[in-house]
Amino acid sequence: MLSLKQRRSLNTLLMGVLAWGVALAIFFPIFWMLLTSFKTEIDAFATPPQLFFSPTLENYTLVNERSDYLHFAWNSVVVSFGSTIIGMMLAVPAAYSMAFFETKRTKGTLLWMLSTKMLPPVGVLVPIYLLFKDTGLLDTKTGLVIIYTLINLPIMIWMAYTYFKEIPKEVLEAARMDGSTLFQEIWRVLLPMSKGGLAATVLLSLILSWNEAFWSLNLTASEAAPLTALIASYSSPEGLFWAKLSAVSTLACAPILIFGWISQKQLVRGLSFGAVK
Amino acid sequence: MKTTALNAGPVSSAAEPEKDSRKGESKKTSRINRFMVSPSVLVLALWMVIPLSMTIYFSLIRYNLLYPGDNEFVGLENFQFFVTDFGFMAGMSNTLLLVGAVLLITVVLGVLISLLINQAFWGQGIVRILLISPFFIMPTVNALIWKNLLLHPVSGVFAAIWKFFGATPIDWFSEFPLFSIIMIVSWQWLPFAILLLMTALQSLDQEQQEAARLDGAGPWALFFHLTLPHLARPIAVVVMIETIFLLSIFAEIFTTTGGGPGYETTNLAYLIYSQALLQFDVGLASAGGLIAVVLANIAAFFLVRLIGKSLTEKQ
Repeated sequence: MLSLKQRRSLNTLLMGVLAWGVALAIFFPIFWMLLTSFKTEIDAFATPPQLFFSPTLENYTLVNERSDYLHFAWNSVVVSFGSTIIGMMLAVPAAYSMAFFETKRTKGTLLWMLSTKMLPPVGVLVPIYLLFKDTGLLDTKTGLVIIYTLINLPIMIWMAYTYFKEIPKEVLEAARMDGSTLFQEIWRVLLPMSKGGLAATVLLSLILSWNEAFWSLNLTASEAAPLTALIASYSSPEGLFWAKLSAVSTLACAPILIFGWISQKQLVRGLSFGAVK
Repeated sequence: MKTTALNAGPVSSAAEPEKDSRKGESKKTSRINRFMVSPSVLVLALWMVIPLSMTIYFSLIRYNLLYPGDNEFVGLENFQFFVTDFGFMAGMSNTLLLVGAVLLITVVLGVLISLLINQAFWGQGIVRILLISPFFIMPTVNALIWKNLLLHPVSGVFAAIWKFFGATPIDWFSEFPLFSIIMIVSWQWLPFAILLLMTALQSLDQEQQEAARLDGAGPWALFFHLTLPHLARPIAVVVMIETIFLLSIFAEIFTTTGGGPGYETTNLAYLIYSQALLQFDVGLASAGGLIAVVLANIAAFFLVRLIGKSLTEKQ
């Protein structure tokens, strides 16, 4: 007979094993992508799939062969950072004023901002496409920056707002009593106190823009196409390309995956519009 | 919120003279408000109003990019065409099936998995990181990795597993196209549910659990009377946010099936896309777009009712 204590620890052990099993199963596609990226095309297509093989780096060195990888990667970088910077410039003041100078309309405004996210992108695809065509924004990085800023702005405001709400008003009032201007108050007191939260907001915006794949597929062709569109171009079947697809995909996902791992705890707030902490 | 209101009460009544300076401040407050909030409000309002009113206008005229000419007013003809088109019913039911199935899978598995990892075991941190990873993979990568490396009927990993057990490998995308899409999308969104529910579980009152256990409550009673009610709000949030995104699933369909075979994996988003950018029928696509907007708003109306209030009311 096992004692209660022993039974409990056996229980914990089994739960731990089960948890690891589930986690490995869910992570498996990513692991397999990484593994395939080190195979030759022949090994990648082998039946049954090979777990052991002689690894090669040729897919990574050949990444540029099929298409100019760096061109697409650069577009992703410019578009993600561009929309994040502009988004922060709009979101921080808005969140600051709503968090510390609350009026009767503040709650309504916040909810209305959230409701703009309910607008399905297909509802405005046609006019945006035509507007972009007429103004020459089609297939430009500027066009994508504008769209990404607008679709991420509500989330950024909400996230910054929930972080600002946690800072005691008195601290800011004290700074004001000492004669700080509004700009000094934000720059010297507010920003340093909410560093972590704002960093998470920035990361969330980068992640969402980097992975966005509705507008990038519909509004770009070659000039401004980011990595999401490059990967989509691999969907047309053309012989053996799995290893190269995996290598390109690994390169495209690795930075965001690492960002996500670092900021997972803080992201919850932005992703749930502050409803879950 | 409540605490600040309680604190403000006695202070303002005790210190009458301060009221005047407060008034001056509130003027300043509204000026600051206008100055700092309005840029965001303005761009978001433009973002909603301009394209949406254009969509409404286009939906009422005959407008095909292939046949330029007079864009005569046709009333509700476009809506009639869109709704009676064979693709519409398919698009509607596929949209609802996709959203419903993915919600069900991610919420149920999300609750189970977050409960599983909510206790101390070796390597907990790594397990968490592994579990939430799919969320950060871009949708086009997700779709192509699944389509080629995992679900491929000859060289895919699933085919190998089927063969190992002596079964005939399944050609997923032609035999079960919609189910394949549901599987792919669920894999992507399950981490989101886990992330939110796991965070919510950490704030579960451990003492209350312990007390209930000492009172002789079994694991099922604990789950249904303490844990599940505690998770009600985060589950509502998961449902709301996922619905917003799942109603417009596009890249996963675009890169795997292209809406086919036939209309089997065409959802509303993909149907409108194909009408607009493949058949160039702006009028028809706009009518479809408006229908999608109305549907999303019906869903949003109930969802926001459900949790919108608790979003702004901080505990």
